[in-house]
Amino acid sequence: MTDVPKFNKSPWVVHFNCNSCNGCDIEFLACLTPLYDLERFGILHVGNPKHADVLVVTGSVNHRNSRVLKNVYDQMPEPKVVVAMGVCASTGGIFADGYNVLGGVDKVIPVDVFVPGCPARPEAMIDGVLKGAQILEAKHSGKTPLAEKNVITRTPTPVAAPAAQEKGASHA
Amino acid sequence: MIIPQTPLMVVLLVILAPLFGALLCGIDRRITARAQGRIGPPILQAVYDTIKLLRKEPMLLNRVQIVYAYLHLAFMILAMLLLVFGQDSLMFLFVFAFSTLSLVLGGMCVRSPYSRIGSQREIMLMVAYEPILILLMIGFYLVNGHSFMLSAPMTAAKPMLLSLPLLFIGFLVVLAIKMQKSPFDIATSHHAHQEIVKGLTIEYSGPYLAILEIAHFYEMALLFFFIVLFWSSPVWVGIILASLSFFLMTVVDNAFARLTSMWIFKFMWTGALILAVTNVLWLYWASK
Ligand code: SF4
Repeated sequence: MTDVPKFNKSPWVVHFNCNSCNGCDIEFLACLTPLYDLERFGILHVGNPKHADVLVVTGSVNHRNSRVLKNVYDQMPEPKVVVAMGVCASTGGIFADGYNVLGGVDKVIPVDVFVPGCPARPEAMIDGVLKGAQILEAKHSGKTPLAEKNVITRTPTPVAAPAAQEKGASHA
Repeated sequence: MIIPQTPLMVVLLVILAPLFGALLCGIDRRITARAQGRIGPPILQAVYDTIKLLRKEPMLLNRVQIVYAYLHLAFMILAMLLLVFGQDSLMFLFVFAFSTLSLVLGGMCVRSPYSRIGSQREIMLMVAYEPILILLMIGFYLVNGHSFMLSAPMTAAKPMLLSLPLLFIGFLVVLAIKMQKSPFDIATSHHAHQEIVKGLTIEYSGPYLAILEIAHFYEMALLFFFIVLFWSSPVWVGIILASLSFFLMTVVDNAFARLTSMWIFKFMWTGALILAVTNVLWLYWASK
């Protein structure tokens, strides 16, 4: 099915704010503006997880909203990818030491792409979503095991090396 | 312009009409993007979106919902064929209305409050625009020598637009409603401007959403053909007329903010209805 790469032609994004400071959210919305124009890649910003292919999460996850995050993730039909926007979503960022903070989206759901930055630049965000769109295609053709948390992490350990190499798209 | 009613023609129409509708949607999105100073998606984006949706995992809440999605599509195709083959206009109207009704029922049979509100609003819209369509058919009847057949205007010497100018304006408003364009997109809406999340279609996902998308493409093609009917003696004038109308819809979509459902109701039952009734009365007295 590689000759019809249609997933990366229209990744629909749902955006979820997991107690971010709103910096990343504003930068992500800036991607929709004429300057960056997400839509020229066929990327749509939908408000409904049931229509989405890519889940963009911002903010360090806490105990309260982790349940909601899981719920949003579960409502998305396969294949789906998760993009963690900003260092908060990747590691907890400056909130990592907070008593209520879980520190990173990957504590709750499997993450496919990490986009660093505080906040991440719109260019990096578009890059991240497009990277995710390629993973969508790979997931659909069965190259990547779906939703395996340990394999797609920021530091691929030698143990998981063959699988991690196949991923190829996980970003630190 | 009379289209031969052969099985081959049916197959051709069923295959080509959604592609045409998708192209119309793609052009609309591109023009919108250019109007906002963006580059915009490829013209074939609607096709890519639909293929992607078809390849996604099927997820459903209950089977009835899916039955209604299929009914919506089937009746939309039937309505389009009735129109193109110049069949009875009242039958066409009925089938077209039932197609929309299936969509409403599909939205009603799930528990999501957004879907329910969307359905209620769609019913509100139907109540708002159906009188205009019925008056339009009466106008057809009076113009075409007391015949309800849709093939009559295709052979008429005088373009219908000249006899039905006010009804045509009324129909343009209906067009905006059916295309889910901005002052009227309260039941469900297009991508960038979300209303009540996604309204009517919120609980459809993957291939089932694709069914609704394809039905929408048929609907776009149907509306385009319908406008061509207003000036079908040299058919190219009709095609230009339809293209201009669609372009006008895009402009209106970008220029207006969304209205409330009660406002739409009032507008349709006063402004648009008065236009339509005036036109029909005028035709009636002129024919006396
Ligand atoms: S990464 Fe920075 S900008 Fe983004 S949510 Fe965290 S603190 Fe805010």
